Amino acid sequence: MSDKRKIIETVDITKVYGMGDISVAALNGVSITIEAGEFVAIMGQSGSGKSTLMHILGCLSTPTSGQYFLDGEDVSQLDKVQLAGVRNRKIGFIFQSYNLLARTSALRNVTLPLLYDHSNPRSLEEADIKAEKLLDMVGLTGRINHQPHELSGGQQQRVAVARALINDPVLVIGDEPTGNLDSRSGEEIMNLLHTLHAQGTTIVMVTHDAKIAAHTQRTISLLDGKVDTVTHNGHSQKKVQYETA
Amino acid sequence: MKPREAARIAWEAILKNKVRSFLTMLGIIIGVAAVIIMVAISAGTEATIQDQITSLGSNLVFVQGAMTRGGPGQPPSGGLVFDDAAAIQDGVSGVTSVVVEQNSSETVKFGDVSFDDVSILGTTSGFPSVRDMDIADGRYFTDKEIERKQKMVVLGSSIAEELFGEDDPIGQVVTVGNTKMTVIGVMEEKGIVGNTDYDSYVFMPITVVFQKFTPSMFARIMGDSIRMIYVEVDPDANIDDIITQIELLLVKRHDLTLDTADFTVTTQQDIIDTQESTTSAFRSLLAWVAGVSLIVGGIGIMNIMLVSVTERTREIGIRQAVGATPDDIRLQFLTEALMLSIVGGLIGIVVGVGGAYIFGALSDMRTVVQFSSILLAFSSAAIVGAFFGYYPANQAAQLDPIDALRYE
Repeated sequence: MSDKRKIIETVDITKVYGMGDISVAALNGVSITIEAGEFVAIMGQSGSGKSTLMHILGCLSTPTSGQYFLDGEDVSQLDKVQLAGVRNRKIGFIFQSYNLLARTSALRNVTLPLLYDHSNPRSLEEADIKAEKLLDMVGLTGRINHQPHELSGGQQQRVAVARALINDPVLVIGDEPTGNLDSRSGEEIMNLLHTLHAQGTTIVMVTHDAKIAAHTQRTISLLDGKVDTVTHNGHSQKKVQYETA
Repeated sequence: MKPREAARIAWEAILKNKVRSFLTMLGIIIGVAAVIIMVAISAGTEATIQDQITSLGSNLVFVQGAMTRGGPGQPPSGGLVFDDAAAIQDGVSGVTSVVVEQNSSETVKFGDVSFDDVSILGTTSGFPSVRDMDIADGRYFTDKEIERKQKMVVLGSSIAEELFGEDDPIGQVVTVGNTKMTVIGVMEEKGIVGNTDYDSYVFMPITVVFQKFTPSMFARIMGDSIRMIYVEVDPDANIDDIITQIELLLVKRHDLTLDTADFTVTTQQDIIDTQESTTSAFRSLLAWVAGVSLIVGGIGIMNIMLVSVTERTREIGIRQAVGATPDDIRLQFLTEALMLSIVGGLIGIVVGVGGAYIFGALSDMRTVVQFSSILLAFSSAAIVGAFFGYYPANQAAQLDPIDALRYE
């Protein structure tokens, strides 16, 4: 395992909110490593620091101390603009509440990240072709011009999955991706994530639901801002290793 | 983000909220339209004044009598007298012709129709030429007829119509005061020049006015008093030199000094200058009023953009999550503000130009749409949009992505 590419490596990261006496440590020395092609769940009660960790892993904020290497690059000291660039090129988000732009077609929602790719500006046609392929893949052929309010929750989340993949990210982060869905739609989304995983995508999923977490290869449980337990869920890990080796 | 993309996003955002976008633009629309209409009105007024002054005839010097001068214990001086005109004609070089006028007012009657206080203008034969007026029908009186004090009148177009309607006035006899006079001509319609409606005037030989309508003891001693002398000068002559000659000649004749002169000499240029200073003050006042409304429009844009930024916090968070930098967000909202003001400006131009034409057509005021005002109003609108759009755009750019995504 150790010869594989490390996508995420955190070294003793902390996150402290507030100043002086009233400061609260949301993360208190978290060191984790996630390798390319892994499907990992981060679990914990509310207040355990899992959201804070997700924000740092997703480059939405930076740790107070410690280091975070994303795909080999130290991103723990980057400024706002640099973080935006990293999010744009390396990370795909799937949120609990889909977070699609209202009154904007599925196609435009999927191409949105490419709009902000300053390092590799693409033509609209190029972006559209790629987005259409991804919408095909998530099973929304023929609905590319639908706006979010014309789609079911499950369909909206599939648009979000397509959006998360448009920039070929090294890491897909799911924040309770099935939290707002009924069990059938939730299952569809989990199947979709399994498909992505089988294709070699590295996925980190934050959840408080043990049943959902059990879908993954490994569950990292947080408690009071620290890693509590790491559970290997056993299935599919080997298979993926062989496939991506 | 490319500017083209920013423009597309801004345009879509404007279309998504058509009513609100329109209300936001309304301030700018009114501001721009106000600038254009106000400037068109003042330019129209100016053009009207210019036309009137030009229609007075060219190369004219006006010598106007100032009556009843003289301090306590001194007899009133009579201002200009008829002989002054002849003296100017003979004694000043560079004068091509001299015309004299004196007014009075009398009752004018024809048959059953009678008008009180009709303005009577006694003139000499050159009057139509120096005042650039034409005879519509018949003729003006000649020097010989003036000399013989012939009882004849030429009617202004409107009084002719009021007295005679459709009938031909030429050769008819009207009663002016108690004097019966023959109509020999009708003037072309002239409109109002300055404050004078020549169309309602009755013109007659000045000698008849002296004899019948302004007799006085004073006239018998000093000569017949007149209101105004029009001096037409050679276009090549030095006008200041002529003015000096006239002034020196008249003070000598009236036995006065330049400081106590009982007359004033003005040129068309003086009149133009006075009018221009009045209208330019008027115009800059209008421009300020219109400018203030543009600023109010800009504040409207800022207000709505601030609301819009708050309302779209979630959208901003989504864009940030997928990689929009603060610059990208700032550009997006700035473009939107700019586009609102530019579209508002364009609509304002249409409303302003259209409004100016309609206003000109429906009212007595003339309006002349100035291209420079369109340019000024439009560029001010754009500047206002950028200026007042910057603050909300910056607020949006500085949002924290995590807070923005959490915003409900």
